[in-house]
Amino acid sequence: MSLYSEKVMDHFKHPRNVGVIENADGVGEVGNAKCGDIMKIYLKIDDGIISDVKFETFGCGSAIASSSMATELIKGKPLSDALTLTNKAVAEALDGLPAYKMHCSVLAEEAIKAAILDYYKKNHIAYDESLFRETSCAHCEDRPE
Amino acid sequence: MFVYADNAATTKLRPVARERYLKTCEEFFGNPSSLHTAGQRAKEELTRCRESVARILGAEANEIYFTSGGSEGDNQAILSAAHFGAKKGKKKIVSTAIEHHAVLHTLKKLQKEGFEVVLLPVGEEGIVKAEDAEKEIDENTCLVSVMLANNEIGTIQPVEEIGKICRERKVPFHTDAVQAVGHMPVNVKALNCDYLALSAHKFGGPRGVGALYVRRGMPLESLIEGGAQERGKRAGTEDLPAVAAMTAALEEATRDLPAYMKKVSALRDTLIENLSRIPHCALNGDRKRRLCGNVSFCFEGIEGESLLLLLDDEGICASSGSACTSGSLDPSHVLLAIGRVHDVAHGSLRLTLNEENTEEDVAYMSEKIPQVVAYLRGMSPVWRDLNEGRRQFIL
Repeated sequence: MSLYSEKVMDHFKHPRNVGVIENADGVGEVGNAKCGDIMKIYLKIDDGIISDVKFETFGCGSAIASSSMATELIKGKPLSDALTLTNKAVAEALDGLPAYKMHCSVLAEEAIKAAILDYYKKNHIAYDESLFRETSCAHCEDRPE
Repeated sequence: MFVYADNAATTKLRPVARERYLKTCEEFFGNPSSLHTAGQRAKEELTRCRESVARILGAEANEIYFTSGGSEGDNQAILSAAHFGAKKGKKKIVSTAIEHHAVLHTLKKLQKEGFEVVLLPVGEEGIVKAEDAEKEIDENTCLVSVMLANNEIGTIQPVEEIGKICRERKVPFHTDAVQAVGHMPVNVKALNCDYLALSAHKFGGPRGVGALYVRRGMPLESLIEGGAQERGKRAGTEDLPAVAAMTAALEEATRDLPAYMKKVSALRDTLIENLSRIPHCALNGDRKRRLCGNVSFCFEGIEGESLLLLLDDEGICASSGSACTSGSLDPSHVLLAIGRVHDVAHGSLRLTLNEENTEEDVAYMSEKIPQVVAYLRGMSPVWRDLNEGRRQFIL
């Protein structure tokens, strides 16, 4: 299908870092089954470096590809780098996403931040709150039950 | 292996339709409105097509209007009946929650013009109740519109019964028969309908052509102004090759409907039986009262678009009512109307078969679909939560 770039299809069909890390140092889950996307990121952190990362995703092709690409982009990187990862960088690394699928890359960025925040909180590490904005998945949360 | 199982979206052109199209281009190239021999020959051919379509539907030739397809027919019928009713102060329209957007969006437009629109529920089985329609019909009702068969879940609606009620109450009745024609018997007299829309490419005809049946004496306004084609109700030079190809396709499709339905429903039943073995899934729509080629499921814990893409990679062309495949935030209104909650409706899969499909196709899909569903569930945090008790199974 030509809806997606070759890179999106590659990461969708052969996702990197799928799975779970038992006793992960940080876990972040964002999204909502109602709107059709949930991303969960597991981090293993050693000396401020993301030594391992895994993901689980319920969602469309671009959601799975965004998760896969995002995990590739932060694996082996310091937390400070992972915190600056933007959804645009994820989408660009995938050679672009259709406009109405950009929220998938936003979810990937937010899932990583949520996992890092979880790590900071668990370990009582002081952090800059401005780096963790409100999630932008408002359209899901606004939905009536 | 390549399996095309999306025949409710469109069908492959029948060879007989293709041949007829080309032959018509060669032999009947004149404009039916022209006075000369070439034009008159084309006009005669157009008449032959109209007579054939009418005969198949149980109508008179002058009750058939050729259109660009189902959407146009639905629009024209609904707008005509509504505007005619409004002149007499009747501004209530009764329809169902599972109509095609060609109907629903036309009704939405009429709502903005001040019409009252009542959409009847269809229950879990996806079938509207005739008595519910009857209760809603009152002296202000200018139109009832109920589809013959649903495009997503394949359920067959009690159109005969509703048509009978409408006829008794003298309320115009429209049916969108786009998914039904060529796949089940369709006779306008038996259905008691005043308007019936059909589309050629759902039964092996070309795209961009269809027909609207309008019972004699029923109001019809034109959507396209211009020349006097189609008895002044649809301007524009007739697409005779397309009309002729549609006619050929319809003749072939309806030649032996019982044999067709027997063959295709056997494939459908095997596929339903095989896919039902997938844990935590559910068939959408009534098990028995459905189109012979429709298989529609929801699989819990996965999302439909990723399922479609992976099936496509395995050579299987299917469809889904998930939000991600439509570009909107909400999953299909039909799945929501039969009570599937959002979480589950996102994981829907529609396979629509016809006589081109084989037992091998069904065996292949029965093997691949469970594998792909299991693979996607393996990476789904929702599926993990369901299995580890953090989330309740719905299906």
